[in-house]
Amino acid sequence: MSEKQLAVRLKGISKSFGPVKANQNVSFDIYRGEVLALLGENGSGKTTLMNMLSGIYFPDSGEIEIDGKHVSIGSPRDAFDYGIGMIHQHFKLINVFTAAENIVLGLKEDAGFDLNRVKARVAEICDEYGFVVDPDKKVYDMSVSEKQTVEIVKALYRGADILILDEPTAVLTPQETEKLFAVLRNMRDDGKAVVIITHKLQEVSDISDRVVVLRKGEYVGEMITAQSTADQMTEMMVGHAVKLNIERPPIEEDYRMERIRVEHLTVRGTDGLVKVDDVSFSAYTGEILGIAGISGSGQRELLESIAGLTKVEGGSVTYFIDENETKELIGMDSVDIRNMGVMLSFVPEDRLGMGLVSSMDLTDNMMLRSFRNTNTPFTDRSEPRHLAEVVVEALGVDTPSINTPVGRLSGGNVQKVLVGREIAAAPTVLMSAYAVRGLDVNSSYVIYDLLNMQKQNGVCVMYVGEDLDVLLELCDRILVLCAGKVSGIVDGRTTSKNEVGLLMTKVGGGDAA
Amino acid sequence: MIHVVKRSSMPMAHQIAIRVGVIVLALIVCAIVTTLTCGLNPLDVYGTMITGAVGSTRKVWILLQEAAMLLCVSLALTPAFRMKFWNLGGEGQILVGALASAACMILFGESMPNAALILVMFVASLAAGAIWAMIPAIFKAKWNTNETLFTLMMNYVATQLVAFFVIVWEKPKGSGQIGIINQSTNAGWLPRVLDNKYLLNVVLVLLVCVLLQVYLSHTKQGYEISVVGESQNTARYVGIKVDRVIIRTLLISGAICGFAGFLLVAGTNHTLTTTIAGGRGFTAVMVAWLAGFNPYIMIGSALLLEFLSCGASEISTIYGLNQSFGDILTGIILFFIIGTDFFINYRIVFSKKEVQDV
Repeated sequence: MSEKQLAVRLKGISKSFGPVKANQNVSFDIYRGEVLALLGENGSGKTTLMNMLSGIYFPDSGEIEIDGKHVSIGSPRDAFDYGIGMIHQHFKLINVFTAAENIVLGLKEDAGFDLNRVKARVAEICDEYGFVVDPDKKVYDMSVSEKQTVEIVKALYRGADILILDEPTAVLTPQETEKLFAVLRNMRDDGKAVVIITHKLQEVSDISDRVVVLRKGEYVGEMITAQSTADQMTEMMVGHAVKLNIERPPIEEDYRMERIRVEHLTVRGTDGLVKVDDVSFSAYTGEILGIAGISGSGQRELLESIAGLTKVEGGSVTYFIDENETKELIGMDSVDIRNMGVMLSFVPEDRLGMGLVSSMDLTDNMMLRSFRNTNTPFTDRSEPRHLAEVVVEALGVDTPSINTPVGRLSGGNVQKVLVGREIAAAPTVLMSAYAVRGLDVNSSYVIYDLLNMQKQNGVCVMYVGEDLDVLLELCDRILVLCAGKVSGIVDGRTTSKNEVGLLMTKVGGGDAA
Repeated sequence: MIHVVKRSSMPMAHQIAIRVGVIVLALIVCAIVTTLTCGLNPLDVYGTMITGAVGSTRKVWILLQEAAMLLCVSLALTPAFRMKFWNLGGEGQILVGALASAACMILFGESMPNAALILVMFVASLAAGAIWAMIPAIFKAKWNTNETLFTLMMNYVATQLVAFFVIVWEKPKGSGQIGIINQSTNAGWLPRVLDNKYLLNVVLVLLVCVLLQVYLSHTKQGYEISVVGESQNTARYVGIKVDRVIIRTLLISGAICGFAGFLLVAGTNHTLTTTIAGGRGFTAVMVAWLAGFNPYIMIGSALLLEFLSCGASEISTIYGLNQSFGDILTGIILFFIIGTDFFINYRIVFSKKEVQDV
């Protein structure tokens, strides 16, 4: 370590967004000639922290030193001046421009604008580190990996020698990832400081020299990659189980039966990448099946394909009416499924963008599921109005009236309206995605109680969650997804946080890692 | 630093008070402009405006007729706009509707009983308008093309189409215009009700207004339009077929535009020109927005716009001013009215500069 030159020192950095503490008193160092992995779960504050280095946010308190000098980074331009370049998860390129045009965009060239000189310089950078970029290719013609390359070259062109990559491999195929890592190694050997934000242990051990772990916005520790095991890293990342005292009523074995059987389900996203990869599992009545995984591991696509909202590439989803009678759900849309008498309710992740209409009032939102139920061409608002009143009363929705647009309600109340509506349909299957995300503690417990009540009524509940502590206390079984594959199904009563955490980062259940 | 902050809500009475206050304010500004630029007494000018718009029974009826036609087109655009489909093709849809009506009058004028002819004209106009709107709708639904550009371009196609047929049917030959169709037989002319040329038009448009309000607010299809307009994802989530709703809604939108063309040809003009739509396809956009896409309120906004335009042309004539002067006053008034929405939905907060960097 001694030969490594200090590039950045973070001292006691804190940042809050309203009541949410994104980072609290974080301190660590970044060295030149080293790849540093910044490891942490979703929402652990990795991106926020690095955004403060790249000038997007400004810390509430704390100091940043670059090359030993105290600096203040107030804008992305300041960050460039200090040689910091960040490759964001969502690329910031202009589609109708070529690679070269994007690379020089916003730069003040001294000797006028000479695209040929730009191209020559781009070619130089590419040769130096082993990139392949066609400077004349338009961005809209590029694959995701090409766009990422342009972003990296753009940063280097601006003279970045401290390079931050935010989950760069999330959008890449394994081969592309390998190429990217080769380039990153070249940059490291050239003496640049490289920081890679990730939650994949595999990558940490593949590319990094040192790991810094964040948890819930705080610095937990760091270790030399070569000297640590995946177990140690997981433990540091997920921490010890926290007691939440969420109820978990016992399963009534007598009434337990298979309700949904998913076999070899494969789904591609709109970007053409495989999101759900040969997934098979069963869900039973009267149990809560937790679905864990790093966000974007295929949870959303899995639920949406069961609910008939996404085109499926292959596989089947079988619904068991009883032991003998089954229905195939693949190929049906959500209305077909209801028309077959399968009461499948779905609380989607995007509450206001998918589950509800934010400008409509409670009554009209209650009607979303049931407006077809009348025999006339006209809508009947008396039932939905009654339902709205019942939901407001039963779940304690804090709203001025049932005529208030749901977009005006707070997050917790929005979720109560949505869950209330989905439960009111007397479902036999209830799927929920991130049901308590953004909710305060009390509202979260209301939701847990509702799910438990459904379970006790014999409903087959699927709960996609991100908080491992909650999953461990609430769910009867936990299915763990990693990169679209099932990496394991564990018993919620006996498993440990570490076990689930490890499964979350190991494709296919461990052999790969 | 000036921040613009969204207001949570404002009581209805408060909102009405603001709107009335703003109109008064607009009139004051107009008065100042009038005095400063022309040296005229603003009260006289306003008086002239009012007499110009509603000074005689005939003027009142013309105002009502014009407002009714504008309302009809605004109503036509409303279902599409509620779905956030920006149909700027009203002009073209009116034109093809008018073309269909005129074609029926010319081709079947001699050979059909009048009632049957009017029925055929009615159906043909609605169908023509509907098809004209359906073309961009299909492209939007299937390939997500930009409906604004597409509908706009369809206007030019419609104009050229009408220009072509005007030459085909021109009378007398070489005049470049069709003239009054079936002047001697009045075949295909809508009957006068209570001996009034305009009453039937006005009543029919009001009927459309009521029907549309019911359709939008109390039918399943109307509800689907609102859901699709707010969030296509939500629509898919509850199993609404978004493509189908887009196409169906534009059929309705185009059909009502076609109906406006029918009223213009059969009800009042009895001829076909390339300018028969008279820019209503565009003015209606403003009428619909001003009314917040509420059909009943649109009656008011259509009347307001026609009132302003009739009044404006009167002051130009009386005071020998350039036509633009009336437009300036109209512009000032509309500017104030539209600006009101901003202050009702947002408030401006002045605060100290936030700490950014040192």
